[in-house]
Amino acid sequence: MHDQRVLPAHPDFMWRSPEPKHRYDVIIVGGGGHGLATAYYLAKNHGITNVAVLERGWLAGGNMARNTAIIRSNYLWDESAAIYEHSLQLWEGLEDELDYEIFFDQRGVLNLAHTLQEVRDSVRRVEANRLAGIDAEWVEPEQVKELCPIINIDDNLRYPVLGATYQARGGIAKHDWVAWAFARRASELGVDIIENCEVTGFDIDHGRVTGVQTDRGPIGAESVALAAAGASSTLAELAGFRLPIQTRPLQALVSELHEIVHPNVVMSNHVHVYVSQAQKGELVMGAGVDAYNGYGQRGSFHVIEHQMAAAVELFPIFARAHLLRAWGGNVDVTMDASPVVGLSPVENLYVNCGWGTGGFKGTPGAGFVYAHTIATGQPHELNAPFSLERFDTGALVDEHGAAGVAH
Amino acid sequence: MLIIDCPHCGPRMETEFHYGGQADIAYPADAADLPDSDWAQFLFYRDNPRGDFAERWVHTAGCRKWLTVTRNTVTNEFTSTPRPGAPAPQASTDAHVTTTAEAPLASGADTARKEGQP
Repeated sequence: MHDQRVLPAHPDFMWRSPEPKHRYDVIIVGGGGHGLATAYYLAKNHGITNVAVLERGWLAGGNMARNTAIIRSNYLWDESAAIYEHSLQLWEGLEDELDYEIFFDQRGVLNLAHTLQEVRDSVRRVEANRLAGIDAEWVEPEQVKELCPIINIDDNLRYPVLGATYQARGGIAKHDWVAWAFARRASELGVDIIENCEVTGFDIDHGRVTGVQTDRGPIGAESVALAAAGASSTLAELAGFRLPIQTRPLQALVSELHEIVHPNVVMSNHVHVYVSQAQKGELVMGAGVDAYNGYGQRGSFHVIEHQMAAAVELFPIFARAHLLRAWGGNVDVTMDASPVVGLSPVENLYVNCGWGTGGFKGTPGAGFVYAHTIATGQPHELNAPFSLERFDTGALVDEHGAAGVAH
Repeated sequence: MLIIDCPHCGPRMETEFHYGGQADIAYPADAADLPDSDWAQFLFYRDNPRGDFAERWVHTAGCRKWLTVTRNTVTNEFTSTPRPGAPAPQASTDAHVTTTAEAPLASGADTARKEGQP
Protein backbone atom coordinates (compact mmCIF):
# COMPACT_ATOMS: atom_id res chain seq x y z
CA MET A 1 0.00 0.00 0.00
CA HIS A 2 1.27 3.45 -0.81
CA ASP A 3 1.92 5.78 2.05
CA GLN A 4 -0.13 8.70 0.95
CA ARG A 5 0.99 10.85 3.83
CA VAL A 6 4.06 11.57 1.73
CA LEU A 7 2.46 12.86 -1.43
CA PRO A 8 4.54 13.52 -4.50
CA ALA A 9 4.59 17.21 -5.34
CA HIS A 10 2.44 18.40 -8.22
CA PRO A 11 3.91 20.64 -10.90
CA ASP A 12 2.59 24.20 -10.78
CA PHE A 13 0.52 23.65 -13.91
CA MET A 14 -0.59 20.23 -15.08
CA TRP A 15 -2.48 21.32 -18.18
CA ARG A 16 -2.59 24.34 -20.43
CA SER A 17 -5.62 26.67 -20.19
CA PRO A 18 -5.84 28.20 -23.66
CA GLU A 19 -8.54 30.44 -25.10
CA PRO A 20 -10.97 28.40 -27.19
CA LYS A 21 -10.16 28.22 -30.91
CA HIS A 22 -12.83 28.91 -33.51
CA ARG A 23 -13.00 25.32 -34.58
CA TYR A 24 -12.04 21.81 -33.45
CA ASP A 25 -12.25 18.32 -34.91
CA VAL A 26 -13.90 17.13 -31.72
CA ILE A 27 -15.53 19.03 -28.87
CA ILE A 28 -16.12 17.07 -25.68
CA VAL A 29 -18.76 18.59 -23.42
CA GLY A 30 -17.85 17.88 -19.82
CA GLY A 31 -14.43 17.98 -18.17
CA GLY A 32 -14.89 15.12 -15.73
CA GLY A 33 -13.16 11.77 -15.73
CA HIS A 34 -14.98 10.40 -18.76
CA GLY A 35 -14.51 13.53 -20.85
CA LEU A 36 -10.80 13.75 -20.03
CA ALA A 37 -10.22 10.04 -20.63
CA THR A 38 -12.03 10.31 -23.95
CA ALA A 39 -9.82 13.24 -24.99
CA TYR A 40 -6.70 11.31 -24.01
CA TYR A 41 -7.66 8.17 -25.97
CA LEU A 42 -8.72 10.26 -28.99
CA ALA A 43 -5.21 11.68 -29.06
CA LYS A 44 -3.32 8.53 -28.13
CA ASN A 45 -5.25 5.80 -29.97
CA HIS A 46 -6.59 7.74 -32.94
CA GLY A 47 -4.16 10.59 -33.46
CA ILE A 48 -6.95 13.16 -33.13
CA THR A 49 -5.45 16.03 -31.18
CA ASN A 50 -7.45 19.02 -32.42
CA VAL A 51 -9.79 18.45 -29.50
CA ALA A 52 -11.38 20.71 -26.88
CA VAL A 53 -12.79 19.62 -23.56
CA LEU A 54 -15.34 22.23 -22.44
CA GLU A 55 -16.11 22.29 -18.75
CA ARG A 56 -18.84 24.47 -17.26
CA GLY A 57 -17.16 24.66 -13.85
CA TRP A 58 -13.71 23.52 -12.83
CA LEU A 59 -11.96 20.40 -14.03
CA ALA A 60 -13.35 17.21 -12.47
CA GLY A 61 -15.47 19.11 -9.93
CA GLY A 62 -18.65 17.09 -10.48
CA ASN A 63 -19.14 13.39 -9.91
CA MET A 64 -15.44 12.76 -10.52
CA ALA A 65 -14.73 14.51 -7.23
CA ARG A 66 -17.74 13.06 -5.44
CA ASN A 67 -17.60 9.29 -5.92
CA THR A 68 -16.23 6.74 -3.48
CA ALA A 69 -13.49 5.70 -5.95
CA ILE A 70 -14.38 2.00 -6.05
CA ILE A 71 -13.12 -0.07 -8.98
CA ARG A 72 -14.33 -3.59 -9.85
CA SER A 73 -15.62 -5.52 -12.84
CA ASN A 74 -17.81 -8.25 -11.32
CA TYR A 75 -20.99 -7.52 -13.26
CA LEU A 76 -23.48 -10.22 -14.19
CA TRP A 77 -24.07 -10.01 -17.92
CA ASP A 78 -21.48 -10.63 -20.61
CA GLU A 79 -21.91 -7.14 -22.10
CA SER A 80 -21.27 -5.40 -18.78
CA ALA A 81 -18.55 -7.80 -17.68
CA ALA A 82 -16.72 -7.14 -20.95
CA ILE A 83 -16.75 -3.35 -20.75
CA TYR A 84 -16.02 -3.13 -17.02
CA GLU A 85 -13.26 -5.76 -17.26
CA HIS A 86 -11.73 -3.86 -20.16
CA SER A 87 -11.80 -0.81 -17.93
CA LEU A 88 -10.22 -2.70 -15.03
CA GLN A 89 -7.40 -3.92 -17.28
CA LEU A 90 -6.79 -0.33 -18.39
CA TRP A 91 -6.71 0.72 -14.72
CA GLU A 92 -4.02 -1.90 -14.12
CA GLY A 93 -1.70 -0.18 -16.57
CA LEU A 94 -2.79 3.39 -16.09
CA GLU A 95 -0.06 4.70 -13.79
CA ASP A 96 2.62 3.60 -16.25
CA GLU A 97 0.66 4.74 -19.27
CA LEU A 98 -0.07 8.20 -17.93
CA ASP A 99 3.27 8.37 -16.12
CA TYR A 100 1.56 9.68 -13.04
CA GLU A 101 0.74 8.38 -9.58
CA ILE A 102 -2.99 7.71 -9.14
CA PHE A 103 -2.80 5.52 -6.02
CA PHE A 104 -4.50 2.62 -7.76
CA ASP A 105 -4.66 -0.03 -5.08
CA GLN A 106 -6.06 -3.51 -5.78
CA ARG A 107 -6.99 -4.25 -2.21
CA GLY A 108 -9.98 -6.43 -3.06
CA VAL A 109 -13.73 -5.77 -3.05
CA LEU A 110 -16.26 -7.69 -0.98
CA ASN A 111 -19.95 -7.54 -1.94
CA LEU A 112 -21.88 -8.82 1.08
CA ALA A 113 -24.98 -10.98 0.93
CA HIS A 114 -27.48 -10.69 3.78
CA THR A 115 -30.43 -12.80 2.67
CA LEU A 116 -30.78 -16.27 1.18
CA GLN A 117 -31.87 -14.78 -2.12
CA GLU A 118 -28.85 -12.52 -2.14
CA VAL A 119 -26.64 -15.55 -1.46
CA ARG A 120 -28.13 -17.32 -4.50
CA ASP A 121 -27.80 -14.24 -6.70
CA SER A 122 -24.24 -13.67 -5.54
CA VAL A 123 -23.15 -17.25 -6.19
CA ARG A 124 -24.74 -17.03 -9.63
CA ARG A 125 -22.81 -13.83 -10.30
CA VAL A 126 -19.54 -15.41 -9.17
CA GLU A 127 -20.10 -18.29 -11.62
CA ALA A 128 -21.04 -15.87 -14.40
CA ASN A 129 -17.91 -13.83 -13.72
CA ARG A 130 -15.69 -16.91 -13.91
CA LEU A 131 -17.25 -17.91 -17.21
CA ALA A 132 -16.51 -14.40 -18.44
CA GLY A 133 -12.87 -14.76 -17.36
CA ILE A 134 -13.15 -12.40 -14.41
CA ASP A 135 -11.63 -13.24 -11.05
CA ALA A 136 -14.40 -13.89 -8.55
CA GLU A 137 -14.97 -16.12 -5.59
CA TRP A 138 -17.68 -16.79 -3.06
CA VAL A 139 -16.47 -16.44 0.50
CA GLU A 140 -18.19 -17.65 3.66
CA PRO A 141 -18.69 -15.33 6.68
CA GLU A 142 -15.56 -16.60 8.44
CA GLN A 143 -13.51 -15.84 5.33
CA VAL A 144 -15.11 -12.39 5.17
CA LYS A 145 -13.92 -11.88 8.74
CA GLU A 146 -10.41 -13.01 7.81
CA LEU A 147 -10.29 -10.59 4.91
CA CYS A 148 -11.77 -7.71 6.91
CA PRO A 149 -11.22 -8.35 10.64
CA ILE A 150 -13.25 -5.36 11.86
CA ILE A 151 -16.50 -6.59 10.31
CA ASN A 152 -19.25 -7.94 12.53
CA ILE A 153 -20.45 -11.36 11.36
CA ASP A 154 -22.63 -12.17 14.37
CA ASP A 155 -25.81 -13.91 13.37
CA ASN A 156 -27.87 -11.71 15.69
CA LEU A 157 -27.65 -8.73 13.33
CA ARG A 158 -30.85 -7.58 11.70
CA TYR A 159 -29.22 -8.47 8.38
CA PRO A 160 -26.41 -10.90 9.21
CA VAL A 161 -23.47 -11.40 6.86
CA LEU A 162 -24.21 -14.69 5.07
CA GLY A 163 -21.16 -14.47 2.84
CA ALA A 164 -19.82 -12.30 0.07
CA THR A 165 -18.50 -12.23 -3.43
CA TYR A 166 -14.84 -11.31 -3.51
CA GLN A 167 -12.95 -9.76 -6.39
CA ALA A 168 -9.30 -9.57 -5.38
CA ARG A 169 -8.38 -7.37 -8.35
CA GLY A 170 -10.91 -4.73 -7.35
CA GLY A 171 -9.87 -1.72 -5.34
CA ILE A 172 -9.72 2.03 -5.26
CA ALA A 173 -7.80 4.92 -6.82
CA LYS A 174 -7.47 8.56 -5.88
CA HIS A 175 -10.11 10.09 -8.09
CA ASP A 176 -8.86 13.67 -8.38
CA TRP A 177 -5.36 12.47 -9.26
CA VAL A 178 -6.86 10.25 -11.95
CA ALA A 179 -8.54 13.27 -13.53
CA TRP A 180 -5.36 15.34 -13.30
CA ALA A 181 -3.29 12.53 -14.80
CA PHE A 182 -5.60 12.27 -17.81
CA ALA A 183 -5.78 16.05 -18.17
CA ARG A 184 -2.00 16.39 -18.03
CA ARG A 185 -1.33 13.78 -20.71
CA ALA A 186 -4.19 14.94 -22.93
CA SER A 187 -2.92 18.51 -22.70
CA GLU A 188 0.62 17.41 -23.56
CA LEU A 189 -0.76 15.64 -26.63
CA GLY A 190 -2.42 18.87 -27.81
CA VAL A 191 -5.93 18.76 -26.33
CA ASP A 192 -7.32 22.14 -25.21
CA ILE A 193 -8.88 21.91 -21.76
CA ILE A 194 -11.19 24.89 -21.31
CA GLU A 195 -12.74 25.40 -17.91
CA ASN A 196 -15.49 27.91 -17.07
CA CYS A 197 -17.03 27.46 -20.48
CA GLU A 198 -20.68 26.41 -20.49
CA VAL A 199 -22.36 24.98 -23.57
CA THR A 200 -25.64 26.83 -24.07
CA GLY A 201 -26.74 25.39 -27.41
CA PHE A 202 -25.87 23.27 -30.41
CA ASP A 203 -25.57 24.33 -34.04
CA ILE A 204 -27.35 21.70 -36.07
CA ASP A 205 -27.62 21.83 -39.85
CA HIS A 206 -29.84 19.30 -41.63
CA GLY A 207 -29.65 16.87 -38.72
CA ARG A 208 -25.88 17.17 -38.37
CA VAL A 209 -24.07 18.99 -35.58
CA THR A 210 -21.66 21.70 -36.75
CA GLY A 211 -20.65 23.31 -33.47
CA VAL A 212 -21.71 24.54 -30.08
CA GLN A 213 -22.79 27.83 -28.58
CA THR A 214 -21.07 28.68 -25.32
CA ASP A 215 -21.01 31.52 -22.85
CA ARG A 216 -17.63 32.34 -24.41
CA GLY A 217 -18.96 32.42 -27.95
CA PRO A 218 -19.66 29.90 -30.70
CA ILE A 219 -17.14 27.12 -31.43
CA GLY A 220 -17.28 25.03 -34.59
CA ALA A 221 -16.71 21.28 -34.58
CA GLU A 222 -16.69 18.25 -36.83
CA SER A 223 -18.01 16.11 -33.98
CA VAL A 224 -19.43 16.85 -30.55
CA ALA A 225 -19.39 14.33 -27.72
CA LEU A 226 -21.42 14.66 -24.53
CA ALA A 227 -19.79 13.45 -21.31
CA ALA A 228 -21.86 15.33 -18.79
CA ALA A 229 -23.43 12.68 -16.51
CA GLY A 230 -26.28 14.28 -14.55
CA ALA A 231 -26.44 17.27 -16.90
CA SER A 232 -26.87 15.10 -20.02
CA SER A 233 -30.66 15.46 -20.26
CA THR A 234 -30.54 19.23 -20.31
CA LEU A 235 -27.84 19.17 -23.00
CA ALA A 236 -29.75 16.61 -25.10
CA GLU A 237 -32.83 18.80 -24.83
CA LEU A 238 -30.83 21.70 -26.29
CA ALA A 239 -29.91 19.40 -29.18
CA GLY A 240 -33.54 18.32 -29.64
CA PHE A 241 -33.65 14.76 -28.34
CA ARG A 242 -34.49 12.92 -25.12
CA LEU A 243 -32.37 10.55 -23.06
CA PRO A 244 -33.75 7.70 -20.93
CA ILE A 245 -32.08 8.92 -17.76
CA GLN A 246 -33.19 10.48 -14.50
CA THR A 247 -30.87 12.68 -12.47
CA ARG A 248 -30.83 11.77 -8.79
CA PRO A 249 -28.84 12.82 -5.72
CA LEU A 250 -26.22 10.35 -4.48
CA GLN A 251 -24.57 11.05 -1.16
CA ALA A 252 -21.30 10.06 0.42
CA LEU A 253 -19.24 11.11 3.40
CA VAL A 254 -15.86 10.72 5.03
CA SER A 255 -14.76 10.50 8.65
CA GLU A 256 -11.83 12.19 10.25
CA LEU A 257 -8.47 10.49 9.71
CA HIS A 258 -7.87 7.26 11.56
CA GLU A 259 -5.22 4.58 11.71
CA ILE A 260 -5.62 2.08 8.92
CA VAL A 261 -8.21 -0.38 10.22
CA HIS A 262 -10.07 -1.34 7.06
CA PRO A 263 -7.92 -3.26 4.57
CA ASN A 264 -10.25 -3.60 1.57
CA VAL A 265 -13.56 -2.38 0.13
CA VAL A 266 -16.81 -3.68 1.61
CA MET A 267 -20.08 -3.08 -0.17
CA SER A 268 -23.58 -4.05 0.81
CA ASN A 269 -26.50 -3.52 -1.52
CA HIS A 270 -28.96 -4.80 1.01
CA VAL A 271 -28.23 -2.41 3.83
CA HIS A 272 -27.06 0.32 1.46
CA VAL A 273 -23.59 1.19 2.50
CA TYR A 274 -20.16 0.79 0.98
CA VAL A 275 -16.97 1.48 2.85
CA SER A 276 -13.28 1.74 2.26
CA GLN A 277 -10.50 3.60 3.99
CA ALA A 278 -8.50 6.07 1.98
CA GLN A 279 -4.75 5.62 2.13
CA LYS A 280 -4.62 8.86 4.10
CA GLY A 281 -6.96 7.41 6.74
CA GLU A 282 -10.48 8.73 6.17
CA LEU A 283 -13.27 6.17 6.23
CA VAL A 284 -15.06 6.74 2.92
CA MET A 285 -18.71 5.73 2.93
CA GLY A 286 -21.28 5.88 0.19
CA ALA A 287 -25.03 5.85 0.64
CA GLY A 288 -27.96 4.71 -1.44
CA VAL A 289 -29.28 6.95 -4.17
CA ASP A 290 -32.10 9.32 -3.12
CA ALA A 291 -35.55 8.41 -4.39
CA TYR A 292 -36.39 11.62 -6.19
CA ASN A 293 -35.00 13.59 -9.13
CA GLY A 294 -32.57 16.27 -8.05
CA TYR A 295 -29.89 18.55 -9.46
CA GLY A 296 -28.92 20.25 -6.19
CA GLN A 297 -25.89 18.04 -5.40
CA ARG A 298 -27.39 17.19 -2.05
CA GLY A 299 -29.88 14.61 -0.83
CA SER A 300 -32.05 13.95 2.20
CA PHE A 301 -30.69 13.39 5.67
CA HIS A 302 -32.59 10.17 6.35
CA VAL A 303 -30.56 8.47 3.60
CA ILE A 304 -27.35 9.33 5.46
CA GLU A 305 -28.93 8.20 8.73
CA HIS A 306 -29.83 4.84 7.20
CA GLN A 307 -26.35 4.48 5.75
CA MET A 308 -24.71 5.22 9.12
CA ALA A 309 -26.97 2.74 10.90
CA ALA A 310 -25.86 0.06 8.45
CA ALA A 311 -22.19 1.04 8.73
CA VAL A 312 -22.15 0.99 12.52
CA GLU A 313 -23.90 -2.37 12.68
CA LEU A 314 -21.43 -3.91 10.24
CA PHE A 315 -18.42 -2.10 11.72
CA PRO A 316 -19.06 -1.44 15.44
CA ILE A 317 -15.73 0.38 15.83
CA PHE A 318 -17.03 3.14 13.52
CA ALA A 319 -19.51 4.22 16.21
CA ARG A 320 -17.16 6.82 17.64
CA ALA A 321 -15.77 8.08 14.37
CA HIS A 322 -16.54 11.72 13.64
CA LEU A 323 -17.91 12.97 10.38
CA LEU A 324 -15.52 15.21 8.48
CA ARG A 325 -17.46 15.97 5.28
CA ALA A 326 -20.69 14.91 3.58
CA TRP A 327 -21.68 15.77 0.03
CA GLY A 328 -23.84 14.75 -2.89
CA GLY A 329 -23.52 14.37 -6.62
CA ASN A 330 -26.02 14.35 -9.48
CA VAL A 331 -26.05 10.82 -10.88
CA ASP A 332 -27.67 9.87 -14.18
CA VAL A 333 -29.56 6.62 -13.74
CA THR A 334 -31.17 4.50 -16.45
CA MET A 335 -33.98 2.00 -16.17
CA ASP A 336 -31.64 -0.98 -16.66
CA ALA A 337 -28.76 0.34 -14.51
CA SER A 338 -26.46 0.26 -17.56
CA PRO A 339 -24.86 3.19 -19.37
CA VAL A 340 -25.62 4.68 -22.77
CA VAL A 341 -22.49 5.02 -24.93
CA GLY A 342 -22.87 5.57 -28.62
CA LEU A 343 -24.58 7.50 -31.37
CA SER A 344 -27.44 9.97 -30.93
CA PRO A 345 -30.30 10.97 -33.22
CA VAL A 346 -28.14 13.92 -34.35
CA GLU A 347 -25.38 13.05 -36.81
CA ASN A 348 -21.84 13.45 -35.42
CA LEU A 349 -23.23 14.12 -31.94
CA TYR A 350 -22.37 11.32 -29.52
CA VAL A 351 -23.66 10.44 -26.06
CA ASN A 352 -21.94 8.92 -23.06
CA CYS A 353 -24.21 8.97 -20.01
CA GLY A 354 -26.32 6.81 -17.74
CA TRP A 355 -23.36 5.44 -15.75
CA GLY A 356 -25.48 6.30 -12.74
CA THR A 357 -23.86 5.48 -9.45
CA GLY A 358 -20.89 3.66 -11.00
CA GLY A 359 -19.15 5.83 -13.52
CA PHE A 360 -15.80 6.15 -11.78
CA LYS A 361 -14.69 2.55 -12.31
CA GLY A 362 -15.66 2.92 -15.95
CA THR A 363 -13.51 6.00 -16.53
CA PRO A 364 -10.71 4.52 -18.68
CA GLY A 365 -12.96 1.93 -20.33
CA ALA A 366 -15.59 4.49 -21.26
CA GLY A 367 -12.97 6.90 -22.56
CA PHE A 368 -11.38 4.16 -24.67
CA VAL A 369 -14.57 2.95 -26.39
CA TYR A 370 -16.12 6.42 -26.61
CA ALA A 371 -12.99 7.73 -28.35
CA HIS A 372 -13.28 4.83 -30.81
CA THR A 373 -16.95 5.67 -31.42
CA ILE A 374 -16.18 9.33 -32.06
CA ALA A 375 -13.13 8.65 -34.24
CA THR A 376 -14.80 6.04 -36.45
CA GLY A 377 -18.46 7.08 -36.28
CA GLN A 378 -19.27 3.53 -35.17
CA PRO A 379 -19.46 2.01 -31.71
CA HIS A 380 -16.60 -0.19 -30.51
CA GLU A 381 -17.75 -3.79 -30.04
CA LEU A 382 -17.63 -3.26 -26.27
CA ASN A 383 -20.10 -0.36 -26.26
CA ALA A 384 -22.34 -1.54 -29.12
CA PRO A 385 -24.74 -3.23 -26.65
CA PHE A 386 -25.06 0.08 -24.76
CA SER A 387 -26.74 1.99 -27.55
CA LEU A 388 -29.79 4.22 -27.19
CA GLU A 389 -31.63 1.80 -29.52
CA ARG A 390 -31.70 -0.88 -26.84
CA PHE A 391 -34.62 0.93 -25.25
CA ASP A 392 -36.54 0.61 -28.53
CA THR A 393 -35.59 -2.99 -29.24
CA GLY A 394 -35.92 -4.14 -25.64
CA ALA A 395 -32.38 -5.57 -25.59
CA LEU A 396 -31.75 -4.13 -22.15
CA VAL A 397 -28.69 -4.99 -20.07
CA ASP A 398 -30.32 -5.39 -16.68
CA GLU A 399 -27.60 -4.89 -14.11
CA HIS A 400 -29.70 -3.95 -11.11
CA GLY A 401 -28.30 -6.92 -9.21
CA ALA A 402 -24.64 -6.19 -9.78
CA ALA A 403 -25.03 -2.43 -9.85
CA GLY A 404 -27.70 -1.91 -7.21
CA VAL A 405 -26.94 1.33 -5.54
CA ALA A 406 -23.49 0.21 -4.75
CA HIS A 407 -20.95 0.73 -7.47
CA MET B 1 -35.52 15.58 4.29
CA LEU B 2 -38.33 16.91 2.19
CA ILE B 3 -41.52 17.96 3.94
CA ILE B 4 -44.36 17.05 1.62
CA ASP B 5 -47.73 18.70 2.09
CA CYS B 6 -50.20 15.83 1.73
CA PRO B 7 -53.58 17.22 0.65
CA HIS B 8 -55.27 14.79 3.02
CA CYS B 9 -52.94 14.69 6.04
CA GLY B 10 -51.00 17.96 5.95
CA PRO B 11 -47.22 18.37 5.95
CA ARG B 12 -45.40 15.11 6.61
CA MET B 13 -41.83 13.93 6.35
CA GLU B 14 -40.54 12.42 3.13
CA THR B 15 -39.91 9.08 4.86
CA GLU B 16 -43.70 8.51 4.97
CA PHE B 17 -43.88 8.65 1.18
CA HIS B 18 -42.74 6.72 -1.83
CA TYR B 19 -41.75 8.42 -5.03
CA GLY B 20 -43.72 7.91 -8.23
CA GLY B 21 -41.68 9.90 -10.74
CA GLN B 22 -43.05 12.16 -13.44
CA ALA B 23 -46.76 12.92 -13.17
CA ASP B 24 -49.44 12.65 -15.82
CA ILE B 25 -48.01 9.89 -17.99
CA ALA B 26 -50.95 8.59 -19.97
CA TYR B 27 -51.21 5.01 -21.15
CA PRO B 28 -50.93 4.94 -24.96
CA ALA B 29 -54.30 5.02 -26.70
CA ASP B 30 -53.42 2.82 -29.64
CA ALA B 31 -51.45 0.28 -27.65
CA ALA B 32 -51.97 -2.57 -30.11
CA ASP B 33 -50.56 -0.57 -33.02
CA LEU B 34 -47.92 1.38 -31.17
CA PRO B 35 -44.44 1.35 -32.79
CA ASP B 36 -41.55 0.15 -30.64
CA SER B 37 -40.05 3.61 -30.46
CA ASP B 38 -43.27 4.97 -28.92
CA TRP B 39 -43.36 2.09 -26.45
CA ALA B 40 -39.78 2.98 -25.52
CA GLN B 41 -40.88 6.56 -24.84
CA PHE B 42 -43.76 5.37 -22.68
CA LEU B 43 -41.76 2.80 -20.75
CA PHE B 44 -38.26 4.20 -20.42
CA TYR B 45 -38.24 7.91 -21.16
CA ARG B 46 -39.29 10.55 -18.63
CA ASP B 47 -38.68 14.25 -18.50
CA ASN B 48 -35.64 15.12 -16.42
CA PRO B 49 -35.70 18.89 -16.06
CA ARG B 50 -33.33 21.03 -14.06
CA GLY B 51 -36.02 23.17 -12.46
CA ASP B 52 -39.76 22.71 -12.01
CA PHE B 53 -40.92 19.11 -12.27
CA ALA B 54 -44.49 17.79 -11.86
CA GLU B 55 -44.11 14.54 -9.94
CA ARG B 56 -46.15 12.01 -7.97
CA TRP B 57 -45.72 10.74 -4.44
CA VAL B 58 -47.79 8.16 -2.56
CA HIS B 59 -48.36 8.63 1.16
CA THR B 60 -47.52 5.02 2.01
CA ALA B 61 -47.31 5.46 5.78
CA GLY B 62 -50.30 7.79 5.96
CA CYS B 63 -53.49 7.92 3.92
CA ARG B 64 -52.00 5.68 1.19
CA LYS B 65 -53.25 8.09 -1.47
CA TRP B 66 -51.35 9.51 -4.42
CA LEU B 67 -50.66 13.18 -4.84
CA THR B 68 -49.10 15.32 -7.54
CA VAL B 69 -46.87 18.28 -6.82
CA THR B 70 -44.48 20.52 -8.69
CA ARG B 71 -41.02 20.70 -7.14
CA ASN B 72 -37.91 22.56 -8.22
CA THR B 73 -35.27 19.86 -8.71
CA VAL B 74 -32.41 22.24 -7.88
CA THR B 75 -33.75 24.01 -4.77
CA ASN B 76 -36.33 21.38 -3.67
CA GLU B 77 -38.90 24.16 -3.24
CA PHE B 78 -42.44 23.09 -3.93
CA THR B 79 -43.81 25.51 -6.50
CA SER B 80 -47.43 24.34 -6.56
CA THR B 81 -50.07 23.30 -4.10
CA PRO B 82 -50.11 19.51 -3.99
CA ARG B 83 -53.20 18.16 -5.67
CA PRO B 84 -54.82 14.92 -4.71
CA GLY B 85 -54.49 11.96 -7.02
CA ALA B 86 -53.84 12.67 -10.63
CA PRO B 87 -56.19 13.28 -13.53
CA ALA B 88 -57.66 10.07 -14.87
CA PRO B 89 -55.20 8.95 -17.53
CA GLN B 90 -56.37 10.27 -20.85
CA ALA B 91 -55.64 7.80 -23.59
CA SER B 92 -53.10 9.59 -25.69
CA THR B 93 -49.96 8.91 -27.70
CA ASP B 94 -48.40 12.01 -26.21
CA ALA B 95 -46.38 10.79 -23.25
CA HIS B 96 -45.10 14.26 -22.37
CA VAL B 97 -46.30 15.91 -19.25
CA THR B 98 -48.58 18.89 -19.69
CA THR B 99 -48.01 21.36 -16.91
CA THR B 100 -51.04 23.42 -16.17
CA ALA B 101 -50.92 26.76 -14.41
CA GLU B 102 -50.62 25.89 -10.75
CA ALA B 103 -51.86 27.83 -7.77
CA PRO B 104 -49.24 29.74 -5.79
CA LEU B 105 -47.47 28.23 -2.85
CA ALA B 106 -49.80 27.35 0.02
CA SER B 107 -48.80 28.00 3.60
CA GLY B 108 -48.28 24.30 4.29
CA ALA B 109 -45.64 24.13 1.62
CA ASP B 110 -43.60 26.78 3.39
CA THR B 111 -42.23 24.02 5.57
CA ALA B 112 -40.58 22.56 2.50
CA ARG B 113 -36.84 22.49 2.66
CA LYS B 114 -35.46 25.57 0.98
CA GLU B 115 -31.90 25.16 -0.03
CA GLY B 116 -29.88 26.53 -2.86
CA GLN B 117 -27.18 24.88 -4.83
CA PRO B 118 -24.03 24.49 -2.78
